[in-house]
This record gives sequence, C-alpha cells and structure tokens, in this order.
Amino acid sequence: MMVEHPKYKTSDEVDFVIIGSGAAGGILAKELSTNGFRVVVLEQGPYLTEADYTHNEIKVLGEDLLTNHPKLQPTTFRKTPQDKAKQQRALVYGRTVGGTSVHFTANFWRFHEIDFIERSKVGAIPDANLVDWPIRYADLEPYYTKVEWEIGVSGLAGASPFDPPRSKPYPMPPLPVKSSGVIFERAARKLGWHPFPTPMAILSQPRPGRSACMNCGFCLGFGCEVGAKSSSLVAAIRVAERTGRCEIRPDSYVHHIETDARGRAVGAAYFDKDKNTHLQKAKAVIVCANGAETPRLLLMSANKQFPNGLANNSSGAVGKNLMLNSGAISLGVFDHPLNDYKGFAVSRILHDFYELDSQKVGFCGGGGLDARFDMTPIGFAMNGLPPDTPKWGSAFKKTLADNFTRTMEVFSHATSLAREDNSFSLDPELKDAWGLPALRLTYKDHPDDLKVAKWLNDRALELLDAAGAKKKWSYPIVEQEFAVHLLGTCRMGHDPKTSVINTDHRTHDVKNLFLCDGSSFVTSGRGQPTMTIEALAFRAADRITALAKSGEIGA
Amino acid sequence: MINELSRRRFLSQAGIGISAAWISAHWPEMVSAATHAHQAVQSGTAYKFEFFTPTEAAEIDALSARIIPTDEMPGAREAGVLYFIDRALVTFASGDQQMYRDGLAQLQSVVQEKFPGVEEFSAATTEQQNEILRSVDTNQKEPTIGRLQKSSQKFFEALRMATISGFLIDPEVGTGNRGGVGWKLIGREPEHSFQPPFGYYDKDYPGWQPAPASKMADKE
Repeated sequence: MMVEHPKYKTSDEVDFVIIGSGAAGGILAKELSTNGFRVVVLEQGPYLTEADYTHNEIKVLGEDLLTNHPKLQPTTFRKTPQDKAKQQRALVYGRTVGGTSVHFTANFWRFHEIDFIERSKVGAIPDANLVDWPIRYADLEPYYTKVEWEIGVSGLAGASPFDPPRSKPYPMPPLPVKSSGVIFERAARKLGWHPFPTPMAILSQPRPGRSACMNCGFCLGFGCEVGAKSSSLVAAIRVAERTGRCEIRPDSYVHHIETDARGRAVGAAYFDKDKNTHLQKAKAVIVCANGAETPRLLLMSANKQFPNGLANNSSGAVGKNLMLNSGAISLGVFDHPLNDYKGFAVSRILHDFYELDSQKVGFCGGGGLDARFDMTPIGFAMNGLPPDTPKWGSAFKKTLADNFTRTMEVFSHATSLAREDNSFSLDPELKDAWGLPALRLTYKDHPDDLKVAKWLNDRALELLDAAGAKKKWSYPIVEQEFAVHLLGTCRMGHDPKTSVINTDHRTHDVKNLFLCDGSSFVTSGRGQPTMTIEALAFRAADRITALAKSGEIGA
Repeated sequence: MINELSRRRFLSQAGIGISAAWISAHWPEMVSAATHAHQAVQSGTAYKFEFFTPTEAAEIDALSARIIPTDEMPGAREAGVLYFIDRALVTFASGDQQMYRDGLAQLQSVVQEKFPGVEEFSAATTEQQNEILRSVDTNQKEPTIGRLQKSSQKFFEALRMATISGFLIDPEVGTGNRGGVGWKLIGREPEHSFQPPFGYYDKDYPGWQPAPASKMADKE
C-alpha cells in the first residue's frame, strides 16, 4: 500500500469531490480518476485495511470497528409521521474506507427486468408509491457485466433459468458448495424448483494482490484479511489511488454542501478528526453517502435558496419512499454435521419465486431463497435453538452440543413497496456528537411486504421438510424497525416534481450536484442491492464523464 | 451489525429474546471479565472475589452448574463461568448487583420453604436444585411456586445469559471459555482457515449438474 497518493489543498478546486467511499463512491472514484479527472473522496470513517481487520468479534461487532457508532451517532425511530420518535438504534452501515462493501455478505444478484417495470406490469398498488424506473434492465446490463469482471464476482452463467439475459459469463467459477447448499439443492429439486450456485462478490480464484477465499468463516460482518471479498476498497479504490489523481481523505465527516449565489454547489464542508471544519472546493459534488446519510446531508444543507434542503425544492421527495427489503428466516436441524460455520455465508439460492403473479397470490412482490448459516456461538446459544428447547440443564446443553454444527437457515429475501411516509429525516431534537441533527427513521411495512415474506417463508418451510430436517421453525415475521438496506430516498426519475435525480444521477435542482447510491433506487429489487448500486455507479461515471467532457458541468 | 446479520438479529430479538442486543451492548466489558477469570484461575492462588461473598460465590457456582451442568463433557464450572460473572458484576453488569443480591436472597427463602432443613441452594441435592430452578424459570408453563415474584425470574434470566456468555465466548479473545471447553462441546473447531468438504452433506457432492429438464415451477 506504499503508493504515492496526491494530496490536494482544500482550496484547490478539484474536478469532483465524492462524499462516501463505499460501493458507489469507490467505483466513481476509480472511473473518474481513470478518465483523467482530479478527485477527492471524503469518508467519515477511518482508513482501515486488511491488516486492521480481525476475527475478534468483540472489536468488530461489540465496538463497531467497521460500522456507524450508536453512541456518537444516535438515531430515533417511529412507525408513522403521527408518532413521536423514540431514541433507539435504527440502522447500521459501513463506516470505514470501502463502506458497507467491507463487511457485507457479498450476495451479488443482478436485478431482473421486472424490477424496473413492475408498476407497468401490476398496475397501481393502494398505499404504495410504486413507479417504473426511467431506465431498463437493458440499460444496466453492460454495467452489471462490468461489475462482475472489474470488481470480481464468482458464479455460473446459465445455471438459473430465471436469470435475465447477460452479455458475458462470470469471470470465475462459483465458490465451493457448503453442506447447507447441498441440502438446499437436493430438496429444491425434489420440489421441482431450480436452485443454483449463488453469485458472490468473493473470489474463487486469486487476482493480483488478492487471495481466493480461505473459508475462514468470519465473513458476514467482518472485513476480509486476504482481500478475497470484493470490497470497493480492494477492487476499486486501490485502482483510483494508483492513477495519482485521486485522494482518499478518511475521518472527514461532511456536514453540508456549500452553494453559491447562483445555486450551484461549490464544495463540501466537513469536520476533520479533531472536529475542525474545512471546505473542499470542487467543480462538482457527487454524494454517495448511502440511502440514509445522503438525504440527511441534503436536508442539513438547507439554506435561504434551498429552504427544504438541497435538491429538494421541486419534489420534496428527499428522504422519502424508503425501502428496506422485507425478509424472513427459517431454521432446520439435520442428522449429521453440516459445519456450516466454516466458509462464506451462502452457496445456493433459487429464484423460482422472483416474479409472482399478483393476481394469483393476492399481493405484489416476489423474492429469492438462500441457504446459509451466519451465527456465532453465543448468539447461536441465545437465538439459534428450537423454541421448545429447555433454557437450562442437561437437555439444553445436549441440544446446544448437537445442533451448532447441524443447523442451517433458509433466508427469504423480498420486495418492499415504496411508501411516501417511510423515510429518513432530521430528528427535531436529538443531536449527534458533532452537534448535527440525528437521523430519524419513520417506517411501517406495506401490508404486501409482510405477505410476500410470509409466502416465501412458507416455501422455505416446505423446502426444509423436503430436505428431511428433523426439526424446523421460523422467526416471527414482524414489522421492521431497523434499517440495513437503505433504498429509494432520492429516487431517479424524469419528472422533477416526483423524483430527485435524473437518469444521469444529476439532481433536478442543482446542475453540478450528483447523487449515486441506494438512494437512487426506484424499486427495492429482491433483497440484494449492492450489485445494482455498483452497476449504477459504473453507468453514472460514464454519464458524468460525458457531461464533463462536453463542458456541461463546469461554469 | 451488518447487513443480513442485523436483519436476522432484529427478527430474532423480536421473537425469541433480548439477548443479542444485551451481548452487543456489553461485549467489550465481557472480554475483560473473561480475561480476568482466566488470570484468576491461572494464578493458582486463592481467588479473591470482587463482588460475591464466599457464600454467594458458592450459590452462583451451584446455579450456573445447573444451567450448563458437568457430565461426560465439561460444563459452566470447568469453563470458569463463576469468575466471569464475578468480574462482570463490578464492570459492565454493575447495574445488576442489586438484582443478584435480591435474587439470591429470594432464592434462599424458596429453598428453605420448599426443603425445610436445607439452608442454601448449594446445599441442596441435584434433584432438589432442579426442582427449585423449575419454579423460577419463566419458561416453565406451570410454575411450582405461585408466589414467586418477577424479580427472581429476571435474575434467573440474567444469570442464564451470563453463564452462556462465559461458557462460549471466543477463547482466543478472552478465555472465559477456559481451555475452549465451550467450543469443544458445540463442535466449533478453533482454526481460521478451512477447505472443503466442510461437513457430511457436501463430502460426496458430485459437482454441479444442471437440473434435468423439468417443468418450470408453477409460479403461484
């Protein structure tokens, strides 16, 4: 990592300042610096690398080594705008160079055609703000392929009959199958379904500077010490830095975007590690801070010209239409050890129920199932045993001893319908450790979201039956109060009255301000958003490059 | 924290218990408690309890040994759970001190009432101990002693969580799970790199075969 990186002065007007170094910010930094632009990336978290990652569960999970800090960054939650929000931990996101792509599961499903045109297919849904995307699967297909090849995705083209068309196979074969995957595959086939090796942003073969997966088992939640997980740090930011034109500036917490008298962005104002404030000047600003922090930053940037928040005058949609993806989990216990605590999380999935017939099932949506195990020992003892297990004594001990290696989960991943009331906004009272307004989550699942979760979970239970599980049960399906997938809060669209950005990711209201991350989504997809965030980022980089080269961004 | 883990945790917290959040909130202090327990045992000298009186220590030891008993495999006692909890009550769980004191006092009155002549839980037979615990376990459908108050149930649940944490915490990190006995019990190998086959079901997997031509699932 001893490459000479540029250091820009804050008074240097660079071509682009990018806020956030995660899945989208990392790729935009790589693409724009490769295309010859001078780029500064401001990341609120520290610059941690493989040497800093650890299997120490206490540091990583207990002390939030890689994620936002609930004590420094408190949040509030309420179900509806009529309720008063209570302080509670409301979301998790990556807070380190590379963002959430450092610790994610790395399930890399493409969206399917239906995700872009669901409204046209199913019509209006009561109490939902369901609309079509202004782009189609075909617009994004080349960029999905780019993600697979440039970032590193393992998988098997053609293995699922439900896959959308693709222009190229995967660059490397799928990861090895786990016992949970074999059980899942055999049972699903018995039922006439079509399981297949899951595409994962984890290397099955080494790449320069990166090892193939060693199956350590500390995957979901942890940073990869060998660079096998395709985080934007190892797969994009290192390339950006090697151009000599991109500076990654960690520990830089942006609190507002500065605008001039003409209503144009002039740069990003941020706190450094010591809470001193700086203004990084730039010809254009690109916000990739995630579906919670991007709208928060726009709302915190309100000024006389933009009283409702930056880029929010025309639509008032900033922060609204939040989608978290619905889901459900069933567990099964088998006769022999699976030892599924070894390795990455998921090796088999199925998409037979990706697109359900809403007329037949009576709700809008669909999803996928995966086979996995992602529990650590204490968490397993608390939450992973069958609900009728005694809580103490010989029988408890025996079940614990028998089940840890013999349990697997079937996770249902599904749609969320956008509702205008579901949002991230600024809490009117609570402040963070920097004195900035705290994030307030307002969320109530659409009834169809709970129905699709239940429907898919019933299939998961059928599968566990067909697999011969000697015991099976589910976690209750309840309304969500905690956000992980942060989608839809600055949606893309043609109409400035109903959307925040256009198809170039440019805000309708501020000519040199661009947004790209989960906030750009119009629909939620079926539960695995990062692949699409990255495809959008590659596409946005092409659009923004074209605009910059034709002189349409600069003054 | 963490993507689907958090989703799963959230779902499981809502449905099954409070535990995951509790652990997450207290984890750093837990490590310190575990390290402390380890050092205390290693030193070989008489352990000086920081919170418990010797009588209380004997009671907690007996209680945790009923939660994860010792049989042909080590239990809470061999993992050093008592020392882990003692340290916890002067650090991250110090807010629970009164609950432990009250809980132990109430337990004693239950013991004496139920088995006249037996002064303490630790002096009861294993069968008597199990019977007493069944009466304080919130999860039992028919409590055998009706007048028991909620506080002793809360105490028992806290003690249960602390016992499990002291038994299964990563031995490399803290060693509350002394000698890795907790992980040995559950079959978790201590290595950090593995090669397939991982388990029973993938060892004879013949490799990916496309599905035999079959009708597409009824997308209903």
